[in-house]
Amino acid sequence: MPSYVDPSKCDGCKGGDKTACMYICPNDLMVLNKEEMRAYNQEPDACWECYSCVKICPQGAIFVRGYNDFVPMGGQVHPMRSSDSIMWTVKFRNGNMKRFKFPIRTTAEGAANAYPALKCTNLDDELLSTEKQLPAPTMVAK
Amino acid sequence: MALPNKPLGELAAVANPEVVEHDVDVLIIGGGMAACGTAFEIKKWAPADMKIKLVDKASLERSGAVAQGLSAINTYIGDNKIENYVKMVRNDLMGVVREDLIYDLGRHVDDSVHLFEEWGLPVWKLDADGNNLDGAAPAPKLTEGGKPVRTGKWQIMINGESYKCIVAEPAKTALGDENIMERVFIVKLILDKNKANQIAGAVGFSTRENKVHVFRCKTALCACGGAVNIFRPRSTGEGKGRAWYPVWNAGSTYTMCAQVGATLTMMENRFTPARFKDGYGPVGAWFLLFKAKVQNGLGEFYANSDAVKGELEKFMPYGASPVTPTCLRNHLMLNELKAGRGPIYMATDVALNAFLDAKKATGMDEKDVKKYWKHLESEAWEDFLDMSVGQAGLWAGANIEPEKVGSEIMPTEPYMLGSHSGCCGIWTSGPDEAWVPTVDGPRSHQYKWGYNRMTTVDGLFTAGDGVGASGHKFSSGSHAEGRIVAKQMVKFCRDNASFKPELPKSAQEYADEVYAPVKLYLQHVGATTASDVNPNYCKPAGIMMRLMKATDEYGGGVATYYMTSGKLLNICLDLLKMLREDAALMAAGDLHELMRAWENYHRIWCVETHIRHIEFRKESRYPGFYYRSDYPTCDDANWKCFVNSTFDPATQEWKCEKVKCINIVETEPWL
Repeated sequence: MPSYVDPSKCDGCKGGDKTACMYICPNDLMVLNKEEMRAYNQEPDACWECYSCVKICPQGAIFVRGYNDFVPMGGQVHPMRSSDSIMWTVKFRNGNMKRFKFPIRTTAEGAANAYPALKCTNLDDELLSTEKQLPAPTMVAK
Repeated sequence: MALPNKPLGELAAVANPEVVEHDVDVLIIGGGMAACGTAFEIKKWAPADMKIKLVDKASLERSGAVAQGLSAINTYIGDNKIENYVKMVRNDLMGVVREDLIYDLGRHVDDSVHLFEEWGLPVWKLDADGNNLDGAAPAPKLTEGGKPVRTGKWQIMINGESYKCIVAEPAKTALGDENIMERVFIVKLILDKNKANQIAGAVGFSTRENKVHVFRCKTALCACGGAVNIFRPRSTGEGKGRAWYPVWNAGSTYTMCAQVGATLTMMENRFTPARFKDGYGPVGAWFLLFKAKVQNGLGEFYANSDAVKGELEKFMPYGASPVTPTCLRNHLMLNELKAGRGPIYMATDVALNAFLDAKKATGMDEKDVKKYWKHLESEAWEDFLDMSVGQAGLWAGANIEPEKVGSEIMPTEPYMLGSHSGCCGIWTSGPDEAWVPTVDGPRSHQYKWGYNRMTTVDGLFTAGDGVGASGHKFSSGSHAEGRIVAKQMVKFCRDNASFKPELPKSAQEYADEVYAPVKLYLQHVGATTASDVNPNYCKPAGIMMRLMKATDEYGGGVATYYMTSGKLLNICLDLLKMLREDAALMAAGDLHELMRAWENYHRIWCVETHIRHIEFRKESRYPGFYYRSDYPTCDDANWKCFVNSTFDPATQEWKCEKVKCINIVETEPWL
């Protein structure tokens, strides 16, 4: 289900050095044409439809059209992602619509504790930094 | 001139890129769950002056197999015994696994899951009445006695759209942005010039600017996922992007480690998941959470038939487990398909309506039934929307509502991986503890040699999909394994403080090697009027199709219902030999294409190891994943052992060998 860009909405992230879709695509598919100041998917048959570009686009300019080798035309799945939830709109080929909203995160962005002050010293056992116990097998083979 | 003979990409490659050299102590290659575990853990052990760099082909926030999100965490031990986790993995993978690695993973994995929840990952809970609460509803955390929503014995449900973003955030904070290089693709590991069998560096290039990066390091983690697009996929048009596993995993982990002499294990193992046809949406929640069953084309729920019970008895003790091993479930499905009793349907309609009928039978009024249905429907769709949106798109395009009609399921093309329900990968040391067996002989026969998860090459570690003979770690286990490696790499640096890595060639020589496809392109592009068709070079896209055709037709792909033989495998190896030679003629006109060229080098190599291993193992260990027509049975008497292979970088020769498989956890009872 390759992503595509609506030229009337894409502003090329105003030519910043971190075009959002280009920054995020795990497969290096989204590119910016600097003359047009528009992004596009340069290799649609390598698109995993992971929706990373759709979710991150600040202009809401990126959509997905189903893979043309097995998805009938007319349906569309589109998300609106905020900092704590995601709202999906599923439009069926026959015009039916469904909406779903799911939580995505229970803490504020940036709030995950990286335990920067935690320093450990005993490199010669297998205990990890935030662990208290290190079991060994009991039901052993004879 | 309006001819198309120019590079297609926006970032044209030049003949002579800038070369940048880096000196570090620890090099982390990869950015998925495992590498994020390492990034989170390592500074807690490292001295302040230790230089650490993480290099990722993509960007950490959405790289690796969890990029899209997940709807479940498949490994959480919780109240279970770790020994029973070992038993489950051992049985699912038909008996040949490293129980030390699996037990070790099992004792660390929950700590990672607890961190994920603390960091903000919503974990579903059961309320006092046994109803499912989504992960944002107020409920005690797992560490506070909160009860997760178990589907199977080991899986817990999450609202996991942002799973990877949440895990990447503290990884970045802990390591420091300045120590993370994104959009740099490492393509080769380098051995030390002076010290035999010691890792000393790596080389890669930027996909954003014409720059080659050469690293010298004392120790490295190579954790770049499994291998995808190595067999011809069922969808060969646009839909070939809809691979079940991440389409950007190109076998880089296995190839780069093998090329410097790291011993591989169980490369004959592959994973051929049965998934919803074409969209490759997950089936786990449908089987386990919604209790759906599969129906053949005659409408029979064949899984409990006498014929099936008889078939499973051929594969004892594995066939006797309450949850049939993944490969044998495929085997049963393939038997139906081959007998002409297809298609196979997941009876989603039957399953969902059974839930509704059960509620109605309790006397629930219509309004509450409606409310209950809304919740159930939402759970069903979330399973796809969290991790496989394309499947939702296929249902929308085809007007499929799961409560009204079932959906076809189908075994996909084969994949190579070590973290999901497969176990190919690299032979590593287990923990240096008394309960891990001591074995005489070379490292390729041993279970421990001082540094947990170190490969047979000094200083070279792997994790996640990289570690072989230890499947079913999934996302959480891969993160835990990355953390294990972090501590071991610091220990390795401490113990080898005087080691000064030195590369055998100059940085410029490595840069020339990395940019060879660009030089070839620029030299010959003028020879024709269309840049993709040229007698002097071939393009990465064509090479990939050639690889996938060879493996599909001769290596047991979907074309032959996964059937191959010694004769076919040797034809495949002959084709791969010429393909490997021609891969040196791959040309790239832009940086994206240069990435594709190197990915295909990696694919070709790792598939060759796969075919060599299948050829060496004279039995069919994983019916349903692949079959050898010349050795069609699972032969425990002769083959309940590892197959390990080692490539000697000095002589360029491969060696395959049988290695003893030792049970650590009790075998009576087997499960």
